[in-house]
Amino acid sequence: MAIGVKVLERPIEQTSYLRATLNGMRLTLKHMFQEKVTWQYPEQKWPLSPRWRGTHRMLTTEDGKAKCVACGLCPTVCPANCIKLVPGEDEKGNRYPLVFEIDEFRCIFCGYCQEVCPEEAIHVGRHYENSEYSREGFVYDLERLMAQTHPVCEMWDPADPKGE
Amino acid sequence: MTIPVYAVLQAAPPQSMFVFLVATVIKMLIFFTIYMIGIAMLTLAERKISAWMQDRHGPNRVGKGWLQPAADGLKNIMKEETYPDAAYTPIFILAPAMAFIPALVTWAVIPFGAPWDSPWGRIELALAPLPIGFLFILALSSLGIYGIVLAGWSSNNKYSLLGGLRSSAQMVSYEIAMGMSTIPVLMLAGNVSLNQVVERQSTIAPLSWNAATCTIAWLIFLIAAFAETNRLPFDLPEAESELITGYHTEYSAMKFSMFFIAEYGNMVTASALMATLFFGGWDLPFTTWDNLAPHTGVKTLLTTLFFFAKILFFVFFYMWIRWTLPRFRYDQLMALGWKLLLPTALTYIVIMASAILGLQIAGFGPASWQYNGALFGLNVLLVLLLFFVLDRGRIVSPSYSRLDPRHLERLRAVTAARTAHQASAQARS
Repeated sequence: MAIGVKVLERPIEQTSYLRATLNGMRLTLKHMFQEKVTWQYPEQKWPLSPRWRGTHRMLTTEDGKAKCVACGLCPTVCPANCIKLVPGEDEKGNRYPLVFEIDEFRCIFCGYCQEVCPEEAIHVGRHYENSEYSREGFVYDLERLMAQTHPVCEMWDPADPKGE
Repeated sequence: MTIPVYAVLQAAPPQSMFVFLVATVIKMLIFFTIYMIGIAMLTLAERKISAWMQDRHGPNRVGKGWLQPAADGLKNIMKEETYPDAAYTPIFILAPAMAFIPALVTWAVIPFGAPWDSPWGRIELALAPLPIGFLFILALSSLGIYGIVLAGWSSNNKYSLLGGLRSSAQMVSYEIAMGMSTIPVLMLAGNVSLNQVVERQSTIAPLSWNAATCTIAWLIFLIAAFAETNRLPFDLPEAESELITGYHTEYSAMKFSMFFIAEYGNMVTASALMATLFFGGWDLPFTTWDNLAPHTGVKTLLTTLFFFAKILFFVFFYMWIRWTLPRFRYDQLMALGWKLLLPTALTYIVIMASAILGLQIAGFGPASWQYNGALFGLNVLLVLLLFFVLDRGRIVSPSYSRLDPRHLERLRAVTAARTAHQASAQARS
């Protein structure tokens, strides 16, 4: 029952159904010719923030080896436990990773690994389009991490908090 | 007044049976092809227009969007068809076709171009130019409802059934208003043959178009046509939010698609009827060149194109309204049909009949400027009356405005008293 319904005193233009309809039609017609807001995704991409944390990337030295020294900091700091690291040592005593795998499915893209890395080797990158036919495909090994070419994330700088 | 039955029967010019058959078959083939492709393209048009009105792009992937209907059709044919266990299968299968066929058959009598005096005799640009054209349309458009009702019933699903029930109630209500609204048109034409209706409008177009001389009838017809075709704002039979798309809930694949085809088919047919009855049919405005002999092929082509342009405009209008107005509440729908459209249509018949009689007594012929001008003036007056006097929250009203203001005050007093009573009871306890 209509008891307690708030009754508004509206002007005639608003209670008149036909005129309100015509107004609505004018509005929709106007929108027909307005600029479209859709982004045509695969062709047209939204710009990523410089601090976007996406797919990992292992940077390399000039002679094409991974910068990683297998210090073990990143698997330690990783809250999702997604980094698998087996350290190795060559004849000169340089440490290098025998196995370095990141499970991109487990990763929460917090960026701690990049933050903690003393050699600035492992980075999260400005990249998000990943697809695979199997779950195993998302376990990126060292070679694959080194083969990535996308730009890397710029870490937040406390001296320049707004990124200017 | 004697009805010239013999003259009407002889209206079809003599031509050999062979030419008639060949011409009819060719007309049917061409028309059916254009109609079906047109309907497919209309599904694309609907999606495009809805997208534009919402500041989107719409389908633009499959062949820049143009092949989208083909892709949809292919998908629907390949999909699995499901049959509910409890459904009554024969009618369940028959219903989609029954929804579509009346819309298609209605087209048989609509003249879509000027007649063509071909080397083999005159060819009428209508598939079957019946002398009783309009009665045929009325008879068939009532059949369209069966598809929906039977689909709702045979699905054996309560929401489908509710959708079917709603559609039957709605269509029956608006059928009456629709039929009544066309009576002034028939009175002006003096005949139910659609060719005659077009001919009468062609005299001094566009002033003699029925949209100018029967404006209110046109408005009523427009609204009733929306309800007849189950388009928004009258799409209660398929209300997604309440009925899970109503009568076609249980349908899948191509049978579901058939309902879509039927909807667009109905839309095109209703648009064609509107163009024929109120916008001069295939008549070109501002000239009588197209109506006079010799009936060359050029005239036929031009008038046909113009007729289809009119249809497309009305189809666009349908879509425009669809993406503008929200759905009616059920009581508003019924109130609009029975309490506004029907009385208005009846009153309008009386007004128009008096006006026509008055003009005849005054001695103005139906083709004269005075005759059409006077009717146009009368209609402008009536439209202003409708827009500015009648339509003050009365045409479609919220539920409270049906209450008498004093009644409303009383109800409010009762509520206030009850609230106060409850408050005091709570305070005591």
